[in-house]
Order: sequence, then structure tokens, then C-alpha cells
Amino acid sequence: MIAATVRSHVQISAQVERPSPLRSGGPISRIKQGLFNNAHNTVLSIIALIALSYAGWHALRWAILDAVWYTHDANLCKQATGACWAIVGEKYRLILFGTFPYDEQWRPFLAIALIMALSIVSGFRRFWSRNLMIAWAALLPTVLVLMLGGVFGLRPTGTHLWGGLPLTLIMAIVTVAFGLPGAILLALGRRSKLPAIKALCIGITEITRGLPLLVVLFMAAIMLPLFLPTTFRIDKFVSAQIAMIIYFAAYAAEIVRGGLQAVPRGQYEAAEAAGLKYGQRMRRVILPQGLRIVIPALMNDIIRAFKNTTFVSILGLYDILGATSAATQDPQWVQFAPEAYLFVFALYFVFCFSMSKYSESLARYLSQGRNY
Amino acid sequence: MDTGTAAARPVVQLKGVNKWYDSYHALRDINLEVARGEKIVVCGPSGSGKSTMIRCINRLEEHHEGQIIVDGIEVTDDVRKIEQIRRDVGMVFQGINLFMHLNVMDNLTLAPIYVNKTPKHEAEEYARKLLARVGLAEQASKYPGQLSGGQQQRVAIVRALMSKPKVLLFDEPTSALDPEMIKEVLQVMTELAQEGITMIVVTHEMGFARKMADLVVFMDAGRIVEAAPPEEFFSNPKSDRAKQFLSQIINH
Repeated sequence: MIAATVRSHVQISAQVERPSPLRSGGPISRIKQGLFNNAHNTVLSIIALIALSYAGWHALRWAILDAVWYTHDANLCKQATGACWAIVGEKYRLILFGTFPYDEQWRPFLAIALIMALSIVSGFRRFWSRNLMIAWAALLPTVLVLMLGGVFGLRPTGTHLWGGLPLTLIMAIVTVAFGLPGAILLALGRRSKLPAIKALCIGITEITRGLPLLVVLFMAAIMLPLFLPTTFRIDKFVSAQIAMIIYFAAYAAEIVRGGLQAVPRGQYEAAEAAGLKYGQRMRRVILPQGLRIVIPALMNDIIRAFKNTTFVSILGLYDILGATSAATQDPQWVQFAPEAYLFVFALYFVFCFSMSKYSESLARYLSQGRNY
Repeated sequence: MDTGTAAARPVVQLKGVNKWYDSYHALRDINLEVARGEKIVVCGPSGSGKSTMIRCINRLEEHHEGQIIVDGIEVTDDVRKIEQIRRDVGMVFQGINLFMHLNVMDNLTLAPIYVNKTPKHEAEEYARKLLARVGLAEQASKYPGQLSGGQQQRVAIVRALMSKPKVLLFDEPTSALDPEMIKEVLQVMTELAQEGITMIVVTHEMGFARKMADLVVFMDAGRIVEAAPPEEFFSNPKSDRAKQFLSQIINH
């Protein structure tokens, strides 16, 4: 077959600049285009709208319009058709502070307030300074004094009395504060040229990751004391905390390792050629870049560590979920436990969602001016 | 050579250097002495060992036989010696490799502050002086990602100069750049060469070699095949391999 004699043809481009046709129209026209652009979509949209309004109306009535907000009398709740939020007001001290002595509950309250205040302040970059780091370093001993007592005339309150939100928050923060550096060391160790260090780090990571958290907690709390002399009694809270740290570190180590691998080889070489020592290369060049890459994945693990604190209930420690389930045992109120749980779920959501948003803004801030 | 003064001693010596990648013989009996203030241009087809050779000088690669001596210090496993050598040797990469998370000024002062313990303000002052010389005085607070490739490579050259190295290694500094940017980088290199800095340059820029090199070294298959001053090398190459290489470069 003989090719047709069609020639390539080119025309010189017009020089005029025109406004973009993308993103035209306001929100209403976009809704129109998206939901009601043809008969088929219009019908589906209307059906979905009716279903949503029906469900929404019932949810609204149950949760708000017919709800009982405040009473000490459970019978009032039983007569109502809506939610019984009064259980939160009735039981909040138990939910938030567990079995901590009632008269001393200002101490865990203060501890939570300090932790949250510092967390919120840290969310604003204009407050980032050396002083803020000092404040964080001072937070742990302060919280310990508040929670443990026994000094400054405070009544001693051992960890067996801890519970509720302070337990959850302290456990989560300490897990990350010690687990993250541990994870970085494990990740660096795994890339070490020294076979012994490499094997040790791989061993710790793989064995810990290969076990369910419940097993790690059991081993730390129940089996560990069997191997220790009976005079050496290890605190249940401390052993659970150690288990949580190791577990978090093992998981986060693999994420950090991924970040280290994602840093281009040229960065390692340039840092070496500049004459920086190993520690300086990692601290100044590799880790800042590698960790930035894995912020979303790390935050995923941090959120999971926060929620994993619920597992300590199996050791008889009352995290906020455990404290809630204990608080709702009261036969008068037991049928309104779902409302109490909804309250706690909302708390969990607020904490986790804040962390997620914070990591997003941090990642955005750290990638300013960088094109990879 | 032992009795010579520092000025008379070669800055870089490679004596019978051999290197293997697994079973592949990457450097074969390399002997090279670079005198102070001289400019050596290394050329040759890709895979001929040019980059490998200069990367052995500051121990980015390990050599397996022979000696490499930089200003009197032998390159060995000794970490302290390697650190000393890296202080004396600046390097510019084909991939540029600026620290992407640091702005230009921090890129330049990182090594002086942490390696040479130079006070920060002193390092910054020196950095500003050098930046001005390569025409980038305004870019000090920008991040590498905000600069063009040519600007980045000029910053990288300044970074290599910051610790006042005794020798500068260039590993194909213009190969990854757009044609429009090659010129500005070569311009900076030419100025450095004219100032008498000792340089070992792996490059395909034969114009630069012709103009600035004291010695052109031609490598092929891990061997130094030929070495001559540029006028001689370009007009009258001795080996067939060099003749073939030059004809391909010139006719492309």
C-alpha cells in the first residue's frame, strides 16, 4: 500500500493570553454540575437527599431535641425518648480520673491541663523556641510529682490509683517521647555496617513486630516478674509502659528506615565529602530529610499508639475507655452506657484528628521551598 | 619526595591504585601525581573509571591496592585520616547534591561550623563574599529547590570552596545541566582555575580542557591510556582509543 501524501502541518501559536476556563462558577453551579447534570443523576441525588434528611432528622431528635442534658435522677432519662447525656455529667469524674482519690483529683486535672496547654502552644510555630523545649522537658517530672504525690505534702498516690484520661495521655506521650528516639536508633542500627549492631536491631524489630501487642503486654507484666527475684517487684504501670515503648519503637523503626532509604544517595555522599562525622551527617543532613518524608506515616503510628493504650485494661489498668466501662456499671445508669461511650469516642476523635491535622501542617511547613 | 617541602610535594598522589567491583576490575594500576596549582582534566568514555578514580581520592569509594596520598596523608580505613582528607578536598558532583532541607547560607556554613569549628558569623561572612563572586549574593536565603540547575551548581562550587580546600574535585559538574546553564558554571570554574586552585576535573567539556588544563588524562576501561598537555593531546593523540574518542566528540 502506498502511503497517502499527507504532510505534517504546523501553525504559529496565537499570542493572546486568555482567562482559564477551569474552576469557573460558584459553589451552586458546581453542585448543579455535579449532582443534577442529567435525569439519572437528579433522581439518584433526590433519593439520597431524602434518605439523608430522614436519618439526619432522627439523629438530631435523639441527640439534641429529645435529649436529657442534666439531671441526677436516672429515672428522668428513662422517661425521655432521646439521648441521656446526663450520664456524662453524673459520671465524668470516674470517666476522666478513674479511681484516683476523689479529693485529690485536682492533681490529675492540673496534669492534663498542663499537657494540653503545652500541646496546643506547640501547635503554633511562632512559639517554637528553646524555652518550649525546656518546658516539655520539665513537663514529665511535674506531671509525675502531681500524679504520684508523696512530696511537697501531697498525699502519695501510686500508679495503681491512676486511671482515665491522665493515664491515657501520659502513657501515649511517654511512649512516643521514648519510642521515637528508640525507633531512630533501631533504624540507624539496622543500616549499620557493624554486623553485631545490625543483627541486634533487626532482631528487636522483627521479634517485637511479630508479636501481638497483647502478648507483649502480658510478657512485660506477667512473665517478666517470674524471671526476676521476688524481692524485685516491678510496677504494673511501668512494665506496661515499657512494653508500649518497645512495641511503638519496633513499628516506627521500619517507617524511619523507609525515610532513610528515601533520602537520595547523593545527600549521603555530599555529607561525607563535606567531612561531617557520622553523627553530624545523620543529625544535620539525613534525618531531617528522611523524617520529613515519613511524617504522615509516623503520625499514623503515633495515633495508633495513642489508641493502643486501651489495651492496658487487660492488665487491670484503667485507661479512659476502661474507666468508662467501670463508671457505667452503676445499675441505675447502666442502660445509658452508649452515651458515655459516645462522649469518650468524641474525645478520642478530637485528640486523633488534632494530631492528624497537626502532622499535615507540619509536613506542609517543612516542605516549603523544596521541590521533591 | 620525603625531603621536599610542602610546596614541592604533589597535592594528590595515586600510586599503583587498583579497584574492583566484585569481580570487575574498575581501576587498573592508576599512577597520577597532581602538583600544587595544576589543573588536571580527566576524560574518556563512560564506564572508563574517571569518576571512580576521583571518588577514591576522598574515600567515597574504597581502593583495594596501591596508595592514595593527599597532601602527605594516606587514604586508609582510619576514620580520622579520612576526615582530615575530606577537610582538605572539596567536591562538586554531577548530581549537585545540595542539602535540600537547608537554605543556601546553611548549605554553605554547615561544614565550616561543624567540621572546622569556624564561628558562625565568620563562616557566614566568608560565604557571602564567595556568593557575591559567583553572582549569587541575592540568593543566600533561598532553598536549593528555588534555584535553577546552574545556580545550584554554582552554590555547590562555593560549598566546596568554603573550607579552603587544597584540591577541588569536579565529577562531571555540567553533565546534568541544561545547555543554557553549562556556560555559567564553566565560567566560575575558569575563574577558579585562573586563581591557581588545584583542580581535578572529570568532564566532557573539551573547550574547558583545551583552555584551562595543564594536563589532560585520557582513561579507558579503568586504565590511564594517555596523558598530555591539551595542545598536544587534542592535535596529536597517540593512542588509537583516544583518536577514536576525540573524533566522536568532535563530530557529534
